[in-house]
Amino acid sequence: MTETTVAATGADTFTVAGQTFSSRLLVGTGKYKDFEETARAIEISGAEIVTVAVRRVNVSDPSQPMLVDYVSPKKYTYLPNTAGCYTADDAVRTLRLAREAGGWDLVKLEVLGDQKTLYPNMPETLKAAEALIRDGFKVMVYCSDDPIQAKMLEDMGCVAIMPLGSLIGSGHGILNPVTIRLIKEQSSVPVLVDAGLGTASDAAAAMELGCDGVLMNTAIAGAKDPLAMALAMKLAVEAGRLAYLAGRMPKKMYADPSSPLAGLI
Amino acid sequence: MQLTVNGEPRTCETGMTVEGLLTSIGLDPRKVAVERNREIVPKSTFVTTALADGDVIEIVHFIGGG
Repeated sequence: MTETTVAATGADTFTVAGQTFSSRLLVGTGKYKDFEETARAIEISGAEIVTVAVRRVNVSDPSQPMLVDYVSPKKYTYLPNTAGCYTADDAVRTLRLAREAGGWDLVKLEVLGDQKTLYPNMPETLKAAEALIRDGFKVMVYCSDDPIQAKMLEDMGCVAIMPLGSLIGSGHGILNPVTIRLIKEQSSVPVLVDAGLGTASDAAAAMELGCDGVLMNTAIAGAKDPLAMALAMKLAVEAGRLAYLAGRMPKKMYADPSSPLAGLI
Repeated sequence: MQLTVNGEPRTCETGMTVEGLLTSIGLDPRKVAVERNREIVPKSTFVTTALADGDVIEIVHFIGGG
């Protein structure tokens, strides 16, 4: 074993759109009890990229606390999303505003199909991705776990492909590991499982499939103890990644003793 | 003059700028983005962009989301 392995050096970085990060866990900032808990959970998770939504300011109560006062855009890379957008036009409009508000062009595109499933509307997603890329955005795209459409998005110029593991906020984990694996194998840009992860083993499973990272919100914010789950997720992502790099043993039909048979009394 | 700000009617002085509107509401212009009649107003022009009667203004910011 050489001393250049990840175990020895700890060097395992993740690069998206030319920016390099050491954490492969990306987290959302929604659904927490308050901004203090949001900030604490993100800190513990070790995440460096956080997703944020763009919404109207409450003009009747402008003194309300703002996310930026608790989760500093100087410390974290803000990834504005298009949550709640059901058409390409709405998504493009939202991200143009986000770019003006924050000055960043790395964005998370999600165009939803319906309120019950929040499943991606792929025709609108493709349309929005094309318009955003033409407009200079670097698009990380939430999409279905369909390898063909994932390839279309990559060929178009998306900087990361982010298929759902299962429905947003459902906590069902990765329902089709085969398609996630197919997408990972064909992609030359990072692939992140976005949505559906529920617990630490789900995050580890995504990483063991070879994914470059995971993005989650409810799995942490919706846990009974979000801070403990933030740490669990950090460790799970690291463990899953290391297991993937280590290369798991082959599965076998029958038992294979761990103790030598020679010298038995 | 009469504006629509984030979907609500709002009366303000004639000739008010975007910067003036934000300040009158009590918002920090550095923390928001503004759309005027569906066109983005660049932050650098908040001070010089005068509003007109009937303008539809959207003021947004970042909130928690996944």
